Amino acid sequence: MKGGGFRIYALAYLIFLYAPIILLPLFAFNEGTVIAFPLTGFSTKWFVAAANQPTLWLAVKNSLIIAASASVISTALGVFAARASTRYHFPGKGGVMGLIMLPLVLPEIIVAVSLLVVLLGLGINLSIVTVILGHVLICTPFTIAILTSAFQSLDRSLEEAAYDLGETGISTFRLIILPLVMPGIISSLLISFTISLDEFIIAFFLAGTQPTLPIYIFSQFRFPQAVPVIMALGTVLVACSIVLLASAEYFRRRGLARSGAKDTGGFL
Amino acid sequence: MARELCKKFKARRNGGAMEQETRWSRLRRSEAAHGYLLVGPPALYAILLLAAPLGTILVYSFLTDGYLEIIREFTLANYREAWTNELYRSVMLRSLGVAMAVTTVTVLLAFPVAYFVSFHVAPERKSLWLFLITIPFWTSYLIRVFLWKVILGFNGVINSGLLGLGIIDEPLTFILYNVNAVVITLAHAYAPFAILPIFVALEKIDRSLLEAGQDLGESKLMTFWRVTLPLAMPGVIASVLIVFIPTIGDYVTPQLVGGPEGRMVANLIQLQYLKLDNYPLGSAIAVSAMSIVTVVSLIFLFLNRRFLRGPK
Amino acid sequence: MTAAAKPTMIEFRDVHKYYGDYHALRGITATIRAGEFFSLLGPSGCGKTTLLRTIAGFEEISSGAVMIDGKHMEGVPANKRPTNMVFQSYAIFPHLTVAENVGFGLRRAKLSKDELNCRVGEALEMVGLRGLGARAAHALSGGQRQRVALARALILKPKVLLLDEPLSALDKKMREQMQVELIKLQRQVGITFILVTHDQEEALVMSDRIAVMFEGEIAQLADPETLYRRPNSRKVADFIGTMNFLPARILSEGEQGIEVEAQGLGRMLLDPSQAPGAASGTGSSVGFRPETATMLFEGQKAEREAMGTVEEVVYYGDMTYYDVRLDGTEAPIRISMRNVFGRPVLEIGARTRVAWSPGAIVLFR
Repeated sequence: MKGGGFRIYALAYLIFLYAPIILLPLFAFNEGTVIAFPLTGFSTKWFVAAANQPTLWLAVKNSLIIAASASVISTALGVFAARASTRYHFPGKGGVMGLIMLPLVLPEIIVAVSLLVVLLGLGINLSIVTVILGHVLICTPFTIAILTSAFQSLDRSLEEAAYDLGETGISTFRLIILPLVMPGIISSLLISFTISLDEFIIAFFLAGTQPTLPIYIFSQFRFPQAVPVIMALGTVLVACSIVLLASAEYFRRRGLARSGAKDTGGFL
Repeated sequence: MARELCKKFKARRNGGAMEQETRWSRLRRSEAAHGYLLVGPPALYAILLLAAPLGTILVYSFLTDGYLEIIREFTLANYREAWTNELYRSVMLRSLGVAMAVTTVTVLLAFPVAYFVSFHVAPERKSLWLFLITIPFWTSYLIRVFLWKVILGFNGVINSGLLGLGIIDEPLTFILYNVNAVVITLAHAYAPFAILPIFVALEKIDRSLLEAGQDLGESKLMTFWRVTLPLAMPGVIASVLIVFIPTIGDYVTPQLVGGPEGRMVANLIQLQYLKLDNYPLGSAIAVSAMSIVTVVSLIFLFLNRRFLRGPK
Repeated sequence: MTAAAKPTMIEFRDVHKYYGDYHALRGITATIRAGEFFSLLGPSGCGKTTLLRTIAGFEEISSGAVMIDGKHMEGVPANKRPTNMVFQSYAIFPHLTVAENVGFGLRRAKLSKDELNCRVGEALEMVGLRGLGARAAHALSGGQRQRVALARALILKPKVLLLDEPLSALDKKMREQMQVELIKLQRQVGITFILVTHDQEEALVMSDRIAVMFEGEIAQLADPETLYRRPNSRKVADFIGTMNFLPARILSEGEQGIEVEAQGLGRMLLDPSQAPGAASGTGSSVGFRPETATMLFEGQKAEREAMGTVEEVVYYGDMTYYDVRLDGTEAPIRISMRNVFGRPVLEIGARTRVAWSPGAIVLFR
């Protein structure tokens, strides 16, 4: 076995990473109201209780609308930016790309309050639309990161070949570039969807009276009796996230395999 | 600008080259035009919804807070308040301290894992390891933080477990609602963020360099110290930044597990904006926090440049 | 039809290309004939690929004119030019099958399915890939990718086929095989092939004519034999094969020829055709190829002989290369000798007689 000590350490580290998440289903299916060991018995009643809350369903609906819109818009913006930065040279490129990528290194609370101030100043009512605006801002850097690597692995001569064979710029994009970066686009949609679905701070500041899923969950933390329901809800969310991420990873790898590039691993 | 001018001069001196020069710049302009056209939509979005709001905050931070409105009167009072008021100062210092502690712990713990995945895991299984490491990061942040509250609480998993095993007689109280809890929770939340940049830097190291190190008579440990570590340094710096920046501005963790003595700057900003409606002071605190982040980041980037000076 | 009678296919008129301050093409003027196998040969960075791309329409020229088949190409985009290109990386579309790749350019022709299949099949057959149409593009070997790229470009029946270092990614065996196939293919389709290469041997083997380029200029444009036997500068001579140079002095120039005195060789009378180049201003010298001189063994006699000492011997199996310093010279010359059965291999330090012929000499002024 290679790297014995390191392997044990890495496995211990993984356990540390996963420990809280493993607790989720344990307590979600536990009959007792108090979150403590020992477990008292198997039950699905918390899932039923979660499903019976009308506010939750409104929050889910809002969150899905926000996540779907934010992922589509930010991926579209990401396609533009990634294409521009990988294919063209223009003065001021570094500055422009830096500004677009800035939310990646900006505490989210700053993004949230600055948007809040401007939106209120302009007299715009807070709603799920304003949340979408904010989420697009923080999702776009991630979509650009994913899409840039997709665009970068494109051999420029593929475009030239299509052009040489009589296609126009637009039909080349449709016939060659788009199919080749499609896995990247799908992976970018999934990742930005996940980020938006999970985002709390910006939604907290910009949603007004509309609940989103994280806002709903946060509001429930105040009530001790709601904790098992949150556990059940969390279990469902984690399961969804894992499915989304696994598909994103699947598409990313298929994209790599298709263009024959080497796998360098990871989304980031 | 200066380069542009030089080009023109050269073209003039070349005489005959003048015409080519203008045609070349026309072509260049068309390539640049393509670039601007494409980058336009995302850039416009970022200018309208990021640059303009940040600018607004900066302006607000110099204005005076009236009771129900903001008075357009330039003042430095907000900054004076933010930097001298004992409460605000202590919260900012605490944020800085917590972020530094979290960064140190996370990066130190993450390095061996990144090293293991890069050097000891078979290439075809690296993706799987990275995937496993990243998954917890993508699962609901709120729920993860809340789980730590459950784990560390008075009746939490640790206390009930330890009580049940008879190791302690009464629940430990120093693990929740204080700075310790904030550090533990944040260190857990940002662990994957620390691993990835280090991993990327380690992956880039040409393995023959290590063999060369040993071939030149260094022990494995000294090779690590003199070859691997310096080459991995850019990755370490990157993970320091990528952990430090979001942790200093984190809101959820101090709110949920920090208790009154674990509050950080984000909670303060939220308080000023949403509860006290003091936008100018909130803005001044936000700008101060950003300045701290920028200064610390620049220090680390400067260090990074020193490490990068050699190979490029 | 003789080569000279063939009509012009491509004409460069004082073509210049700048990248910012960098002068990539410096006044290229040349014509390429219809049906010719033409090569652009030169070291990397000499502008040969840039020149090829100005024909394809991927590079706009800064001044001058490029004509294809008598038509001015300014403002004509790549997708409207009667040229097709085989890219250095082959640029096979990885998400399409072999047949879809080959038939890619026919999309706009709106052919019936049968006709399309028929033409793709024909093209595949021509490059020796019959039956591989359904294969995924990324499952091909290097040689097969190259063939797909050829079929894809030729299916559109272009007037000119442009090949950008098409063989550089192949191993030596495969490369030699493809060289022969490309020559055959060109004869079969009869269109103009323009090949960019940095490999002088490849250019000599394949081309009807070659343009040797250095630093954005054509140094010499000629058929392979002229290029090899009568290079017009030391630079061209050095780039194509090996040449020995000896300092020389021009004694007289008259009706009957040029009288030259070369170090180590003595006086000789050269025909004006043996001095094809213009004066370089760096002093004259004479040059000859290693295989045009021979070492004489006992009993052998030659019209012109010079004495020398063996300084280095390199044994190649079928050949032996000797570095011989002729008496009265500073640097050794190289002589290649076929290893005929029974002939001894000389040792370092041996004295030897070298036979040479004035007809093989090139004079560089």
